[in-house]
Amino acid sequence: MTPPEPARRLALAEGDENPERILSLRGITKRFGAVRALAGIDLDVHAGEVVAIVGDNGAGKSTLVKILAGVHPQDAGSITAFGTTTTIANPTDSIELGIATVFQDLALCDSLDVVSNLWLGQELTRSGALDEVAMEARSWTLLRELRARLTSVRVPVAALSGGQRQTVAIARALIGDPGIVVLDEPTAALGVSQTAEVLNLIERLRERGLGVILVSHNIADVLAVADRVVVLRLGRNNGDFLASEITSDTLIAAITGATDRSATRRPVGEDAR
Amino acid sequence: MTGELARVEAARPGIRSLLGALRDRVRTGDLGSAPVLIGLAVIWIVFQVLNPFFLSSENLVNLTMQSAATGTMAIGIVLVLLVGQVDLSVGSVNGLAGAIVAVGFVQLGLPLWLVVIGAVLAGSVVGVVFGVLYTRFGVPGFVITLAGLLAVLGLQLLVLGDAGSINLPFGSWIVEFGQQMFLPAWLSYLIAAACTALYAVRGFGERRRRLDAGLAASSRLATLARTAALGVLLGAVISYLDRSRGIGLMFLVFIALVTGAHIVLTRTRWGRAVYAVGGSVEAARRAGIRVDRVFVSVFVACSTLAAVGGVMAAARLAGATQSSGSGDVYLMAIAAAVIGGTSLFGGRGSAFSALTGTLVLSSITSGLTLLSLNSSVRYLVTGGVLVLAVIVDSISRRTRRAAGRA
Repeated sequence: MTPPEPARRLALAEGDENPERILSLRGITKRFGAVRALAGIDLDVHAGEVVAIVGDNGAGKSTLVKILAGVHPQDAGSITAFGTTTTIANPTDSIELGIATVFQDLALCDSLDVVSNLWLGQELTRSGALDEVAMEARSWTLLRELRARLTSVRVPVAALSGGQRQTVAIARALIGDPGIVVLDEPTAALGVSQTAEVLNLIERLRERGLGVILVSHNIADVLAVADRVVVLRLGRNNGDFLASEITSDTLIAAITGATDRSATRRPVGEDAR
Repeated sequence: MTGELARVEAARPGIRSLLGALRDRVRTGDLGSAPVLIGLAVIWIVFQVLNPFFLSSENLVNLTMQSAATGTMAIGIVLVLLVGQVDLSVGSVNGLAGAIVAVGFVQLGLPLWLVVIGAVLAGSVVGVVFGVLYTRFGVPGFVITLAGLLAVLGLQLLVLGDAGSINLPFGSWIVEFGQQMFLPAWLSYLIAAACTALYAVRGFGERRRRLDAGLAASSRLATLARTAALGVLLGAVISYLDRSRGIGLMFLVFIALVTGAHIVLTRTRWGRAVYAVGGSVEAARRAGIRVDRVFVSVFVACSTLAAVGGVMAAARLAGATQSSGSGDVYLMAIAAAVIGGTSLFGGRGSAFSALTGTLVLSSITSGLTLLSLNSSVRYLVTGGVLVLAVIVDSISRRTRRAAGRA
């Protein structure tokens, strides 16, 4: 499960045996009763690549994130991570695969301090007892690497600003040394300077050679930081663009369905009704 | 940015910054055990003024012995409150444990150690049932333990059978343990010295490791001052109580349980998980904590401690009756935990609140008894103190929210 060596590669990967491809979803389908949230989604992520997933409300972005995080498994389709095809039945599976998810609500324990939150569920111990010293020291190392603006790691996270909380949540995702980081709307609740802080952070994740999946509503943020943009519309792929080659207008057209590209990459889904 | 970090790390907390931190904590609603200690001081002063016997060694020794059983149950209540639940059945479990000990030892003639272990295990089994019902069916813990209160009371009456009340023989070690066993002075001081030494070793060791890791650490003086304060406190308590009968073995067991619970809560992964679950169940689950196991283990710990408290109560009263553990016993245990400063909202509190809260309640009972006031006044005063404690809890929670430290 060691993540592949860092590499920057922006082109669309068409070959199946590409060594840099660390995550590949094929035909992911998910239903909630009569509602079809996802209908045959394909997605590839490479090491050192930021892949943005955009789409309107109800496009299936959150469902896709939850499948990757192990909140609920897909009904059909395959997930291949780091070369092995696998299933993600629960959050622990997801973490063990090397996928770290930062949810929109951050899922921090407000009453616990920064160190406790960073290491929650994977605390370091020293002869059976919590090793607070090692955890605090490594927290500082990690936060410095991310150039986080924090003055103390022993304050409850409730006392931090929105950007700082986002930083803590992302830093926590890195504690388990994942290969892929999934960020669900990381900038939705942030102001201008805090958004810039988080976007810088995402670039630092890419520099570390991680695959980043960035789910966002914000076209400007996406174009600022993503290498590749995958558009979802009504639970289907509706385009896969290189961020350097598109304008926000094309993107918006794909999101709203003004250009229907779902048929360009593969046949129409098998469960069309 | 690096300069900023360096400055923060260079600032070693001295005495002045300790006071500053204290002021900050009060301002932001992070009160800890301050309100209960102030309350305890007020209660002691008032009763001492009203009756000079109150703070005598004799009375305080009695007070410690009365506190042990309720206090042990309160430790369990602290645990369930920390995960945002409550256990109403501790009184019945307490009574059941007493009944098992009495029937097993007196009527069936089983060895005493065996029936004590059996009684405690019976408590654990009750906890497993609660935990499984809670995690499998999602029924509120309040209702499960209310049902448990009734069902376990039924079990208690069933175990006691027709006898109704059974006396434990006075010569048995369990009654000695509850009434007669006191530590010799030298042993009390030896234990206190050992605890202080351990505290010092740990404090200075931690300081050394933090400095080696380049982290902020408390000054040598502050560490020394804390150690000295602990040593002086323990020494003073022992020397005062030793003017009468001294430290009761049962009280020592209670103190050991409180300290053990504190260490487990603050120094182990399980303890961290308990606080996390109490703070935010969803966040804990997503962090990969097996939330169900935490809930089950907490219910088991609570019921087990309630059973231990029941054995202690039977030992102190030298018997078990149908009314053992009934009435206000469970309410007193819950009140003790809350008065001690454990939040009803989950995620905040300390094992020591079981000790301080129980001391407050025992002091009220003892003081009013000395004044020859009947239980009507006791209930009124206890109710008032409990309301005060909950108000303090709610206000400090609101202040924390306002100060962004919810």
